[in-house]
Order: sequence, then structure tokens, then C-alpha cells
Amino acid sequence: MRILTSLCAALLLVVTAAQAKEEIVLGLSKDTVSINTNFDGSEILVFGAVKRTGPIPENPPLQVIVTVAGPSEAKTIRRKEKRFGIWVNVDAVEIDQAPSFYAVATSTLLGLSLTETEDQRHKVSIPRAIRSVGAPDNITDSETFTEALIRIKSASNQYQLNEGTVSLDEQTLFRTSIKLPAALTEGEYDTRIFLTRGGEVISKYETSIYVRKVGMERWLFALSRENAFLYGLMSLAIAIAAGWGASAIFTVLRR
Amino acid sequence: MQIYLPIAEVSVNAFLLLGLGGMVGVLSGMFGVGGGFLMTPLLFFIGIPPAVAVATEANQIVASSFSGVLAHFKRKTVDLRMGTVLLIGGLIGAAVGVMVFNYLKAQGQVDLLVKLCYVVFLGIIGGLMFFESLNAIRNVKKGKPPARKKHNWIHGLPFKMRFRVSGLYISVIPPVIVGISVGVLAAIMGVGGGFIMVPAMIYLLGMPTKVVVGTSLFQIIFVTAFTTMLHATTNFTVDIVLAVLLLVGGVIGAQVGTRIGVKMKAEQLRILLAIMVLAVCGKLAFDLLVQPAELYSIATGGH
Repeated sequence: MRILTSLCAALLLVVTAAQAKEEIVLGLSKDTVSINTNFDGSEILVFGAVKRTGPIPENPPLQVIVTVAGPSEAKTIRRKEKRFGIWVNVDAVEIDQAPSFYAVATSTLLGLSLTETEDQRHKVSIPRAIRSVGAPDNITDSETFTEALIRIKSASNQYQLNEGTVSLDEQTLFRTSIKLPAALTEGEYDTRIFLTRGGEVISKYETSIYVRKVGMERWLFALSRENAFLYGLMSLAIAIAAGWGASAIFTVLRR
Repeated sequence: MQIYLPIAEVSVNAFLLLGLGGMVGVLSGMFGVGGGFLMTPLLFFIGIPPAVAVATEANQIVASSFSGVLAHFKRKTVDLRMGTVLLIGGLIGAAVGVMVFNYLKAQGQVDLLVKLCYVVFLGIIGGLMFFESLNAIRNVKKGKPPARKKHNWIHGLPFKMRFRVSGLYISVIPPVIVGISVGVLAAIMGVGGGFIMVPAMIYLLGMPTKVVVGTSLFQIIFVTAFTTMLHATTNFTVDIVLAVLLLVGGVIGAQVGTRIGVKMKAEQLRILLAIMVLAVCGKLAFDLLVQPAELYSIATGGH
């Protein structure tokens, strides 16, 4: 029995080693995105190569999937219904964890690159990246709320599914670019690259892109959180000064 | 020129904000309203998160009102005594308003209630003002003298006080109540409340129109400053970059507006304000009645 167990373990090791034959060597055009005063969105180039110990396997073909996910937070999705002639929020469903930004780029259709089981395990597709726990009992169609979240976020480019935008040369070199919209939240953006064959993930690489405010943006943001009272007084002082200044200038102009 | 707002976390066109500030500033100076009831919905429309829009708008109103009130001080059209009485009510109201706001936010109904308030208040006030000023204009054309102020129930209340600048001798209860209701609105809707206060002062308190504008601006400065501090310290939603852009346009606009206002007749001023109030009311009512394109909305955070 003992021998059998160790034999199984050894076999497993061999299998894992065989699967890990193809590995990712990654490059990023930048690993920090700085938000300054004239920030208007950004583009990140994700590129890399597949390192192999043996010859290129013939079939099935290699596919590459790149995902970038912003920091997650809980959301409440509300639905309006007509009550007493006006449209009001009636039902609400809580989404446990939804990324503030999520992009999936693939070398072919996502459905061809990844099986359902693998998607479930690695949470690659947009609906899988959103974690939603049960809706209240009175709501039977909770999936329409998740769909609504994806629809609204997709409309503002916060969620992107870019199929076929990863270019793959000689099954070795790959590259894609991810567009980050102007409305970006600060934080650590998890970037994952998957290599798949026949819908199975054969290699995975993870890294992070840091999005942070710099300069005046950083300073003002920090002040507003850490020293809110001072920040409030400063806002008022600027307002009063501007109001007085404009009045004084106009008085001079009228003379 | 795109500019990234540090607190709102969105990127917007700086000239668009300057223009909006200027346009609303002109109206602010002309009518003695802060212009918040126009600006706040406009900010929603260009994609500023509502919480940030409401808080920042309060800050901007401080600037445009301050600029406006200085012009009125020079012409001695500010009733400081009345302003102080209104202010006492206003501060109480603002504190109550923030509590109401936080309660409704948790219920997910804050948008609806704010809009309903707008529709009801703007509808009633706009309608009353419109017909009253229309009558006044007709009377002037026919050469009839304007009707003398009548004594109504308000003059029977206790705690009477003399307001020399306004030429009134009335109880302090009505102004305090007006102040409280305006304070509540200021906190909930991110407006100065001038659109409620100006008509209330004219029709309820019987103050002369020329004094009303300066006095209302005087009160608004303090109530919105108080609201700004409340939002900045509890919700962290005052965006100073957004405020500066809006107020640069706003203060210049307010100066221009004040000068236009002086040249116009009181009835004309009132009827223009009435039309504007009714237009905003109509737009909001329309949005509530017609099925929205997107039935779902996303709010941050769970319960």
C-alpha cells in the first residue's frame, strides 16, 4: 500500500513535469501606472515568450489568455420597477466581490481556449471573475443582476472581453495590449497569463501592475483621508479667496 | 484638455467644467440662487459620482455666494439681522439633513427621494412665482399700483423682531423655519437652497426683492460651508480640483450676473427664475415617469 502511494506520487510528479514543459517568460511595457493631473487612460503592453525543454508539440494548438483584474470590492445592484406611476428601486442583490476593472484578452475565442471546468477553477471569464453569494429568497432571477453589472461595466470599458487580440507567433512569441480607461481605481492589478492546449491550462504566470496616484493627485488624496478637517478648511479657504478675488478684480475693472 | 480628478477618480474636460461653472455663476448672480439645483444634476450627467458631486457643489457655492454677497454689501442690500436668524435655522437643518441622507442611503432610496423633493418643491415654487410675476407685469402695464402688503397670519405670531433693512416687524419663527427647511435641502441635495429661500422670503416673509438676493446669499455661504465640512470629514467626497475649476468659472459668472440683475426689473427677474425652475422640474419629473434605458444601477459596498 505504501509503495503504491509513493508510486502514485512519483507518477504524478512525472505528469506535472511533462505538463510544465512549456513555461512563460513575461515582459510588461510598464509595471506601474501613474495617475497624474492629465491622466486620460493608459495602455499596457503585455508580451512574452514560451520557454520549452523539448520540441513544439503538434496538437492541439497553443492558446494564450491574458487577464488583468483591478482591486475587488462588494457591490449592491438595484433594479427599478414601476410603482405608483414612477420608477423606483425595488429589488437589490449583493455581489460579494467584483473587480473594479477586468480585462480578458485571448488568442482565439475564449470558449475554444478554455474548457468550462478550467474556467471554473481559474476564474478567467468575466462572469467567473465576479463572486456573488446567494440572492434574497424573494429574487429568483439573481443572474440578471450579475448580467446587468457586466453590461454596465462593459459599456464604460471597465470590463473588457477582447477575443483574438493576443497575437501568437510560431507558438512561441505572444503580445497584446490592454487599454485602461481614464476612470481608474488605485491599487494592485493582478495580471495572469495562461497557456492552454485543448482547453486545458498547461502553464500559468502571475504578476502585478501597480496603479497609483502621483504628485499633486497623491498629495491631495492622502490629505483628504488622513487630515480631513484640514482638507475641508483648505477647500473653504480657496473658495473664499476665489470669491473675494473675483469681486476685487471686478471692482477694479469697473473704475 | 482632460484633467484627472483625485477624489472623484474620473477624467473630465477642464474647459467643460469652467464653462459650466461660468454659466451657472451668471444665474447665481442674477437671481441670488446658488445655482446648485442646476449644477448638481449637470455634474451627474457628465459622469461625476453623485456623492462627490453633492459635496463638491456645496464647496463651489461657498465661492460664488461669497463673490456675490460682496457686491450686495457695497450696495447695502443685505439684511444681516434677517440673515443671522435664517442662518441659525439653516445650521440646525443641515445637521438634520445629513442624518436623513445617511439613513436613506442605506435604504437605497436616496436618489428617488432627492428627485421627488426636487419635483415637488420646484413645481410648487416655480408655478407660484410664474403666475404671481405674470400678474405683476400685467398690473404694471395697466398702470395699476402694486398691491400693498397684506397682514396675514404670520403677523400674529410671537417673538417679534424689527428688521430695519427689510422694513419688517415680524416674528422670528417663520424665518427660522424657512432656514431649517433650506438647511435640510442643502445637506441632502447639494444645493444652497436659494431657489426655496428667495420665494419664501418674498411671499412668506414679505421682504423686498432687492434685499432678498443679498440676504439669501449671505445665509447660503455659512450653511454650505458647514455642509462642505460635514461631507469632507465624514464621507471624504469633496474634490478640491473639481471645486477650483467650477468656482473659477463660477465667481466670474456671478459678478457678471449680479450686474445684469441690477439692471433688470424685479418682475422680469422673478419670471425668468420661475421659468428656469419649472424647466428643471419638468426634466426631473419626465425622468421619473418614463422607463429608464437601464433599469439596474450599481452601488458600492454591501449592507
